[in-house]
Amino acid sequence: MFQENSARGHFAMTSPSQAAVTETDTPGLVPDGLNSKKKRKTSALTGRSPGQLMWARFKRDRTGVISACVVLFFFAIGLFAPVISKIYGKDPYTRYGQNTPGLLINQYPAQPNGGISSDFWFGIEPGLGRDVFMQLLYGIRNTLGLAVAITIVSVLTAIVLGVAAGYFGGRIDYFVGRFIDLLMAFPNQLFYVAFVPVVAAILVAPEDEMPPWLRAVIIILVMWFLGWMSLARLLRGQVLSLREREFVEAAKVSGASPWRIIRRELVPNVMTPILVQTTYMLPNFVTSIAGLSFLGVGLVEPTPDWGRMFANAADYYRNDITYLFFPGVAMVLFIVAFNLLGDSVRDAFDPKRAR
Amino acid sequence: MLRFLFRRSLGAIVILLLISAFTFFLFFAAPRDPALLACGRNCGPDALAIIHKNLGLDEPVPVQYWNFMSGILTGRDFAQGPCPAPCFGYSFATGDAVWNTIVDRFPITLSLTIGGAAVFLLVGLATGMVAAWKQGTLIDKIFSSASLVLSSMQIYFVGPIVLALLVYNTNLLGQPKYVPITEDPAGWFMGLLIPWCVLSIIFTAQYTRMARSAMIEQLQEEHVRTARAKGMSARTVFFRYAWRGSLIPIVTIFGIDLGTLFGGAMITEVTFALPGLGTLSMQSVLNTDLPTVMGVMLFAAAFIILFNILVDACYAFIDPRVRLS
Repeated sequence: MFQENSARGHFAMTSPSQAAVTETDTPGLVPDGLNSKKKRKTSALTGRSPGQLMWARFKRDRTGVISACVVLFFFAIGLFAPVISKIYGKDPYTRYGQNTPGLLINQYPAQPNGGISSDFWFGIEPGLGRDVFMQLLYGIRNTLGLAVAITIVSVLTAIVLGVAAGYFGGRIDYFVGRFIDLLMAFPNQLFYVAFVPVVAAILVAPEDEMPPWLRAVIIILVMWFLGWMSLARLLRGQVLSLREREFVEAAKVSGASPWRIIRRELVPNVMTPILVQTTYMLPNFVTSIAGLSFLGVGLVEPTPDWGRMFANAADYYRNDITYLFFPGVAMVLFIVAFNLLGDSVRDAFDPKRAR
Repeated sequence: MLRFLFRRSLGAIVILLLISAFTFFLFFAAPRDPALLACGRNCGPDALAIIHKNLGLDEPVPVQYWNFMSGILTGRDFAQGPCPAPCFGYSFATGDAVWNTIVDRFPITLSLTIGGAAVFLLVGLATGMVAAWKQGTLIDKIFSSASLVLSSMQIYFVGPIVLALLVYNTNLLGQPKYVPITEDPAGWFMGLLIPWCVLSIIFTAQYTRMARSAMIEQLQEEHVRTARAKGMSARTVFFRYAWRGSLIPIVTIFGIDLGTLFGGAMITEVTFALPGLGTLSMQSVLNTDLPTVMGVMLFAAAFIILFNILVDACYAFIDPRVRLS
């Protein structure tokens, strides 16, 4: 999250109680002891995998299912934005308010409530006069696309570095650990704001026009740089205890290569924390991207962008608060749903833990 | 304790050096000329060369880095005049000494942070503990769902709404502004009231959630059960035993939040147009003003590291089992 406390997510993971929790956090990955007794009993009856058990528990959790539906809805409208645009008959670029006289008076929508009407469902953007519904839809599409990309690269980086550090230990562990310490000391808001323009200037000569996709790549790069550490630390800790276990020992004795042990023995056993952390990471990236755009270093006009709507609204909200309303409410809804989903996913993997 | 502090300070210096090197070299890797801005619109090559010389931009980048870093310890002499010991150079954009600018702006960020932190720590912990105390009741459900929704709010969404409601439409409060507390304590308080509240809405909600789950986790611990079995009153168990154990995650997060906020609460400052460190760093980034970016970056990073060390030192006081080594 690109709120003022964005740095903390990384550190929170390292708090002693949290670390203690995560060790006992994952019933699916404990192949012996109490848990497996339970599992063996159920597997004798039905033969369900931990994943299936988790899914069965998740389906019973009504809050979880509803929030999953809301989250899916957001991804669906993002994905199908072009289709919706065709049915709705407008696009996010045309300046309807300026082209059609009478829609805007002195920059502001002529009709009350930001110009909401059967033609413009969410009203008209003050100033440029674009359709707010389409702006928001495409803004959600672009922001979610960026957030998913950043999440994927961050999770992959965290898996590679975290598992390598935990499994090989020694010098690799030391350097990865110090590198994480270094990155965590960066003030991350300032880092994003300072380095998006710098990386942009490195990649594109000042007189050239920057293509929108390159801007997106730069945002992904900069946010990825400070996005992976918390998960990597978590995975390192998990792998550290896993590598002492008998099944890893057995694989080693039977002559498996380190790469095979990591791929076949270790990574499947840390899928639970990866999945749980991912559901917390993605909404944080969404708010971070929006915050970046709010500060004026995100995607640039005319690419529609969720966060930039807040920056635009800051100029107009004194006379037209409706324009601020829709992107704001949509974002609160999305973040609430995603946080609830994260809690439910965690509960489904670990039914013992109280909310 | 002293050995711990010494070792951690050494580590901190290494990290600050690396951060400064990273910032400096990446900044100069971009083919932009910071002198162009200082030079103004009608800029001839001669004038540009003079500005390059004055700013020290004619030297190779590693030499510039060395001059910059040694200047922090020993001070430097510029064309503008001597720059005493904590010298971060002169701003490319305004020509002011960077350190003086930071010292000027910091009280604003400090006021914003301390006031906001006081609100969110007290209210957040109180509501979180009440929710844990009354776990499962209506109060708990109200607090939990309110904190869930509020913690998903964004400052750039809530801020304008609060301003529109309280300032522009009803005139209940004045436009947020910063007045030094030494000049006018009442004005200082009233001017920062809205930023404090908006900043702490989100934090309060997060602290409520955190305090609640930390307390509930503690209440399931063995030592709490033992205390109950001994026949201690529910209140003693709650406040003496569970409370102490739940402090560690809270102190950790609080230290991190405070350290981050001291380096500039960017979004809050921009939303309310408060000229603190966050706004300063925004402006300096837009102006390609390297000395100021470096100054604020190091200043903010130093706070993050400082609070990190403080948090680790605090563990030893909270939990006697923790040994600092």
